[in-house]
Amino acid sequence: MKVHALTAIPIAMIIALAGCESIPARVLDEGDQTQLQKRSYQSRVFDTADKQMTMRTVIATLQDLDFVIDKADLTLGTVSATKFNGYVLKMTVSVMPHGTKQILVRANAELGIRPVEDPKPYQDFFASLEKAMFLTAQAVE
Amino acid sequence: MKKLVAAFVVISLLGCATSRPDPAADALVVSPDQLQRRQLETRKYTGVKEADLLAASANLLQDMGFNLEESETNLGLITAGKTRGGAGMGEIIGKAILWSFGIPIPFDVDQKIRVSLVIRPNPQAKAADEFFVRVTFQRAVRNSFEHVSRETLKEPELYQKFFERLSKAVFIEGQTI
Repeated sequence: MKVHALTAIPIAMIIALAGCESIPARVLDEGDQTQLQKRSYQSRVFDTADKQMTMRTVIATLQDLDFVIDKADLTLGTVSATKFNGYVLKMTVSVMPHGTKQILVRANAELGIRPVEDPKPYQDFFASLEKAMFLTAQAVE
Repeated sequence: MKKLVAAFVVISLLGCATSRPDPAADALVVSPDQLQRRQLETRKYTGVKEADLLAASANLLQDMGFNLEESETNLGLITAGKTRGGAGMGEIIGKAILWSFGIPIPFDVDQKIRVSLVIRPNPQAKAADEFFVRVTFQRAVRNSFEHVSRETLKEPELYQKFFERLSKAVFIEGQTI
C-alpha cells in the first residue's frame, strides 16, 4: 500500500491526539481505578466520635512526616499539607463522622503532577496515624 | 513513510504513559530520625492559655517578616510565608566573573520560605494549661536557570533560635520534650 506523506502525517497526528486523555477525563481523574477502589485504600474508620482530637492527631502525624500544614478547617473537617523533599507531595485529609460512634478519615495525595494511586503510601500513612491515635484503623465496610 | 507513521505512534504512546516507578514510594514512611526531628521542632509550654500562645506565635512570625497565609484557631494552626533574595551580592559577582570566562554557574535568584506552627494540648497533661508547639520550616529556592529546589529546613540552630524568641514572647521558658 502506498501512503502519501500529506495524508499520513495528519492521520498520525490524529492517532497521537486520540491516545491522550480528554479534558473531562483529566479533570475528573478517570483512571483505571473505580471510585470505590480508591475510597477503600484511601479511607479508614476509627472508634471515636471526637472530631477535633482526630484532626489534631492527623495534623501531628503529617508533621511527623515532614509536612508543612497549608490549611485546616474544623467545620469542614479538612487538612491540607505539603511536603518538600526534592519532590512536592501534596495531601488532603478529611475527617467526618461515620455513624454516631465512629469517625472516617480519608486521604488523597498528589506527587508533582500526578495522583498517588498506589495503595502502599496510604497504608504507611494510616499506620502512623493509628499509632498516634492509640486506636486501630479499620477498613471501611 | 511507514517508518514515519510508526514513529508518530510510538511518540503518541510515550506521551501518555501512566505507570512510571514512583520516586517517592516511601514518602509517607516515618523516617528513622523522626523522633529527633520531633524533639527539635517541638517545645512544651505550661501555665499558659492556648489563645495567648497562638497570638504570641503570630506576632513573632510577623516580627520575622512572615505574612500570615492561613489560620484555624480551633486546631491551633498558623501558616505563614515570605519571599526573600537568594544569593548574596558577593556570590553573584563571583559567579558573573566565572561566567565571563565561559563557565556558567547558576546562582539563586529567590527563595520562598514557608512555616506552619501547630499548638496541641498535651493529651497526657492533668491540667488544661499544657501545650506542645511544633514548628516546621520549608523553602523553595529558584536559581538563575529557573530550576527550583525544594527542601524541609533541618538546621537545629534555626529551631533553637525560633523557640528562644517564642519563650521570650510568652514570658515562659519552653521545655524540650
